[in-house]
Amino acid sequence: MCLFQCMMNYFPEEVLDHVFDFLSSHRDRNAVSLVCKSWYSVERFSREKVFIGNCYAVNPERVLARFPRIRSLTLKGKPHFADFNLVPHDWGGHVYPWIEAMAKNGINLEELRLKRMVVSDESLELLAKSFPNFKSLVLVSCEGFTTDGLAAIASNCRYLRELDLQENDVDDRKGQWLSCFPESCTSLVSLNFACLKGEVNMAALERLVARCRNLRSLRLNHAVPLDSLQKILVQAPQLTDLGTGSYVHEPDSETYIKLKNAIQKCTSIRSLSGFLDVHVQCLPAIYPICTNLTSLNLSYAPGIYSNELMKLISHCMKIERLWILDTIGDTGLGVVASTCKELQELRVFPSDLYGVGNAAVTEEGLVAISAGCPKLNSILYFCQQMTNAALITVAKNCPNFIRFRLCTLNPTIPDAVTNLPLDEGFGAIVKSCKGLKRLSVSGLLTDQVFLYIGMYAEHLEMLSIAFAGDSDKGMLYVLNGCKKLKKLEIRDSPFGNVALLADIGKYETMRSLWMSSCEVTYGACKSLAEKMPRLNVEIINEGDQIEASPDARQRVEKMYLYRTLVGPRRDAPDYVWTL
Amino acid sequence: MSPPLLGVEGQSQCNVSLMASSASVDCVSQTGPGLKENNYLGLSDCSSVDSSTVSDVPEENKKNLNLKATELRLGLPGSQSPERDSTFALQCSGKIDEKQLFPLVPSKDGICSLSQKTVVSGNKRGFADTVEGFSESKSSIFSEGNWMFNAAASESGQPKLAGNAGINVMLANRSSGTQSSIKTEGPAKASQESNVKMNGSNTNSAPAAKAQVVGWPPIRSFRKNTLATTSKNNDEVDGKPGPGALFVKVSMDGAPYLRKVDLRTYSTYKELSSALEKMFSCFTIGQCGPQGAPSREMLSETKLRDLLHGSEYVLTYEDKDADWMLVGDVPWEMFIASCKRLKIMKGSDAIGLAPRAVEKNKNRI
Repeated sequence: MCLFQCMMNYFPEEVLDHVFDFLSSHRDRNAVSLVCKSWYSVERFSREKVFIGNCYAVNPERVLARFPRIRSLTLKGKPHFADFNLVPHDWGGHVYPWIEAMAKNGINLEELRLKRMVVSDESLELLAKSFPNFKSLVLVSCEGFTTDGLAAIASNCRYLRELDLQENDVDDRKGQWLSCFPESCTSLVSLNFACLKGEVNMAALERLVARCRNLRSLRLNHAVPLDSLQKILVQAPQLTDLGTGSYVHEPDSETYIKLKNAIQKCTSIRSLSGFLDVHVQCLPAIYPICTNLTSLNLSYAPGIYSNELMKLISHCMKIERLWILDTIGDTGLGVVASTCKELQELRVFPSDLYGVGNAAVTEEGLVAISAGCPKLNSILYFCQQMTNAALITVAKNCPNFIRFRLCTLNPTIPDAVTNLPLDEGFGAIVKSCKGLKRLSVSGLLTDQVFLYIGMYAEHLEMLSIAFAGDSDKGMLYVLNGCKKLKKLEIRDSPFGNVALLADIGKYETMRSLWMSSCEVTYGACKSLAEKMPRLNVEIINEGDQIEASPDARQRVEKMYLYRTLVGPRRDAPDYVWTL
Repeated sequence: MSPPLLGVEGQSQCNVSLMASSASVDCVSQTGPGLKENNYLGLSDCSSVDSSTVSDVPEENKKNLNLKATELRLGLPGSQSPERDSTFALQCSGKIDEKQLFPLVPSKDGICSLSQKTVVSGNKRGFADTVEGFSESKSSIFSEGNWMFNAAASESGQPKLAGNAGINVMLANRSSGTQSSIKTEGPAKASQESNVKMNGSNTNSAPAAKAQVVGWPPIRSFRKNTLATTSKNNDEVDGKPGPGALFVKVSMDGAPYLRKVDLRTYSTYKELSSALEKMFSCFTIGQCGPQGAPSREMLSETKLRDLLHGSEYVLTYEDKDADWMLVGDVPWEMFIASCKRLKIMKGSDAIGLAPRAVEKNKNRI
């Protein structure tokens, strides 16, 4: 070993550099940089893609100091539960300081990927004007910008290849942002504006598509009518990923016939989504491409109901990734199970958001899928009810789960048959799926399930808990057992100070811990913060639940703690206290 | 608008459909077996055999409650009408019945479930934002989608609640009328007692009733907002009914108030017709007496059917183009796609149409 190390050090840095080029995963690179000082040094100059899972764990200056050749930055901002309205809007996660710092330092930024961050128009304008080689902007679940910011990107980024907007909250300013792409722009490979609510200029869109011969991925918003879709497809038969706009038309019209013909020529389409507005009679036009699809997202298509859905899916034999609504029903899932033998990832979202129980899926659908789809490794399943027996069967059928997220619509519902807690079912899952990395549990659960998780989920990295457990023991089992745990988020569960303070060193090995509506008190949080200077312990104090000089015994409603190298952040709003 | 009426006559089923996004409370009588005719105008005691323990609620109290409850009140979003809540609580007790999709689960305090509060207060926020005070009572009444959390395991095995035909709730905020017609079945105290018992036997450390349950089920707001807008659009713009309920108003000439039916629960004209007959039977023969029973003797379904099929009444509907059309001409699917409201017209209003209508009705329905 010693000889080997000496030999490796003997290699000139260029060789190491070349070797490290083959390392794309940031985890591999992080590992490599810990070997010795010279490897650290070579690695840091060669890293072009930097991934930062918590934008407050570090600051722009430190990142740029370490990775001066950075070309691609990925940042995540708000905690995951912000998706469900548990985090106030102005909590933080601003991207501007990062863009500003990179602009100042003459970074040759080409790619920016943000998730759950606040992006202002100002940031977008600065981004567009500061980086001449900027190629790729991917925004997921972000907010704070308008179509004016997009117009800035379109106008200024001459070599833009990718503009991918996924589920963002964007204000529409009716400024014709899409028309801002100059006639000289021909470099687009991916354009996704499905989340925008406003109109775009159809003629501009059609011309843009016509001149971007490398366009592979195009996802339209619902303002784009079917006849425009038809014209676009004629211009771009090379598409591999299509998101339809408004899929509404008279099925007997000439336009529809033209669409059918156009679609038939799009033999490269592997991924399909959209159908927010849909006339089901127009669906047969897409059947020809269904046979080649590997990814299908109908989770925003409530207009396609069960029968039509089943008809559609029966054509999709090669599907690997399927996102649907629970209108598919258990029967529909049976069709999926018998048709989609290549299925790897399934997400079943609830269609009925106001709780009046119409269509829903149950444990039967899940069991059918597990029996029929041997390659299944990732599932998100919102269901009406569940049983231990079903989960045990699923665990036996599919030992390859990497992600297992089950959400019962009633968060504390017991086993539908035996009325027992669902501990045994989830226990079977973690025992059987040795590679499980992400788990969300729901239903009636006691401390027992956490004992199982602590014992068996050795590779678990992210765990989401809601309305579960009986006592501190539950949380302790998890903290003690899951050695690779990175993110733990808990809401409405009876875990308190004993669990929180039992192993405070653990939190430096994790990215973050979220606890809301639990039993932790102000005093305990304060004590934790005092002992661990490299953690930021934030209390979100909305509605002034805690007065200026709070009592140590007062319960904390929302606590978010995360490891950081740079101390308390300076952009926290008034109601966020970093202890 | 006619005031909502709370019939106190004993019923074996009490159904309340919840529209989280609108202010109205609708009651749809099911077309299942054992449906009793309703004494809409009766404010009297229940003489039915089903309601053996109803006498706990004093007579005048009930009358008072009725009067209060018949007040039409529209609350601003977020406003509460506590009086009304307790009114509902005492009157609307849920009988545990599989067919009953929206049993009203009184919480420990006897205050009616959050959903009731939501509806009554005219709160138009989405369900997730308005869920208040979830019941800790343990019961096997758990309607699908009714996100009241049970603190502990139910006592009896929970039957699989498939989405049977029944109450489907319209997501869109279309209805402007406020109709509540809630039939109590009487045993308010009984079920309260049984609930308390169940509470006692199930100790669980689930969190106490929270003021609000935000963020459950965990769906991104973007998705929630997008789907909510879409259902609305699908219903209005396309003219195609989206999945879910399709409630339309049914008016009858001479009736003091309208009803609502979910067209999706029927698959033929005949079913719709019989349902409407049952719903409107009491109006056809003059005023119902103060007691339920005598009225029922006077009235019979066949008599109503004769009337409907006779020259007196014609069933019509208003379509997308706001034209009044005769029910029965087009295939059922097309009908429900274009029907916006129904009207049982008096023959005298449908003059010229009626005689031929009679023929058509006799043939089609």
